[in-house]
Amino acid sequence: MIKVRHYAIALSLLVAMVFQIIPVPVQVDLYRPDWVLIVLSYWVMALPHRANVGVAFVSGLALDLLLGTAMGVHSFALSVSIYVLAANYQRLRNYSVWQQAVIIGVISALYHSLLYWLLRLLTDVAFRFEELWPVLTSMALWPWMFWLLRKVRRQLRIT
Amino acid sequence: MDTIFTRGLSLNLRLTLALAMSVMLIVLDYKIDAFSTTRVFLNSLISPVQYLANLPGQLLNVSAQRLTSQQALISENEQLTNHILLLNEQLQRFEVLEKENAELRRLLGAPVRKDMRKLVAELMAVDNTPYSQQIVINKGAIDGVYLGQAVLDERGIVGQVMEVGTTNSRVLLISDVTHSIPVRSIRNNSRFIATGAGVIDELFLTHVPHSTDVEVGDVLVSSGLGEVFPEGYPVAEVTQVLRDESRPFAQVKVVPRAHLNRIKYLLLLWPESAPTEPELGEEGESDD
Repeated sequence: MIKVRHYAIALSLLVAMVFQIIPVPVQVDLYRPDWVLIVLSYWVMALPHRANVGVAFVSGLALDLLLGTAMGVHSFALSVSIYVLAANYQRLRNYSVWQQAVIIGVISALYHSLLYWLLRLLTDVAFRFEELWPVLTSMALWPWMFWLLRKVRRQLRIT
Repeated sequence: MDTIFTRGLSLNLRLTLALAMSVMLIVLDYKIDAFSTTRVFLNSLISPVQYLANLPGQLLNVSAQRLTSQQALISENEQLTNHILLLNEQLQRFEVLEKENAELRRLLGAPVRKDMRKLVAELMAVDNTPYSQQIVINKGAIDGVYLGQAVLDERGIVGQVMEVGTTNSRVLLISDVTHSIPVRSIRNNSRFIATGAGVIDELFLTHVPHSTDVEVGDVLVSSGLGEVFPEGYPVAEVTQVLRDESRPFAQVKVVPRAHLNRIKYLLLLWPESAPTEPELGEEGESDD
């Protein structure tokens, strides 16, 4: 039990990464929420001394490898997004879950625009509005992930 | 952040550090290409996650195979047997033609084309970054896969290998914005460069003068000029030609012959110009 407690955050991030890259049909792929960003957001708000910009940076590097982008692109975008949450975690904790969902939507939009801008610098990719669908699906997913991860945290007494 | 939780570095410093390192990595990776050898090792490190993500799909496949009815199997078998019969008939004619072609080429003094090594690979993962078109296949340095190797499906060219891992490798599709392929029209042998448009089923031809003879329906095959792709494999078909005189070049849209969004089995080719010893394979092993 002690082992699971210590590795719970890393394990949850690993599961999030699996969900991030799991192959699905092209039509559904467009709506894939930002799993890693959501799980990281929860841990940053709940335990800011455990998960922080450093963890975001490392998970970003893993995402870069998994998704085949240039090293550092996802780590840059994740670090900035998680920094915004970590700097305001005391205020965000007091919001209701629905208000938090809106904040997550804004953060997700920031994350996707950062990704687009960085990739735009490297290659000439074109912006398409369909690529902002994950903002909405992430917002919809947040309440459920919040309840699930809070349950995990309380059950395992992760501090 | 002045709270009781503050330990170690301040949040701002952490962000600065993370961003500085990210920017450094981007520059190192993209501009100097410093990761080309370490990526083999890093990819092997991360591949368990890929296998894990691939597991549900594979389980589904296996259970679907177990649960197919005998009726369906029999009809599929019949269909495949018919297909083989038709293909064999074509092959008979092809053999004669190949011999004839080789003889004619010998008469002309042109080099005779030789058969090359092939290997069937299976799709492992599709990349879901909307800005890049890449797939992961289940063959790597162990199988002799090399950087820049041509990848095909049963209908045409799919892309080229861009990263080699120990047991899997990453393929850049011809529809990616950073990918271009030299092609030639079957109808009149005019040469073009087909560049990906960043959408799965669209490419376009760059720098086509208005006077060029190109029509809707023209089939484009690889010209073999870049020495990356072997010559003569179908690449795309012209779907739209826009000759707007106010623009410097004609705009030609083409559709890839391969079903890039429905890939399952792929073919890896080893043309004669391929490195005989897989250079990355040895490095991958020495890294471990």
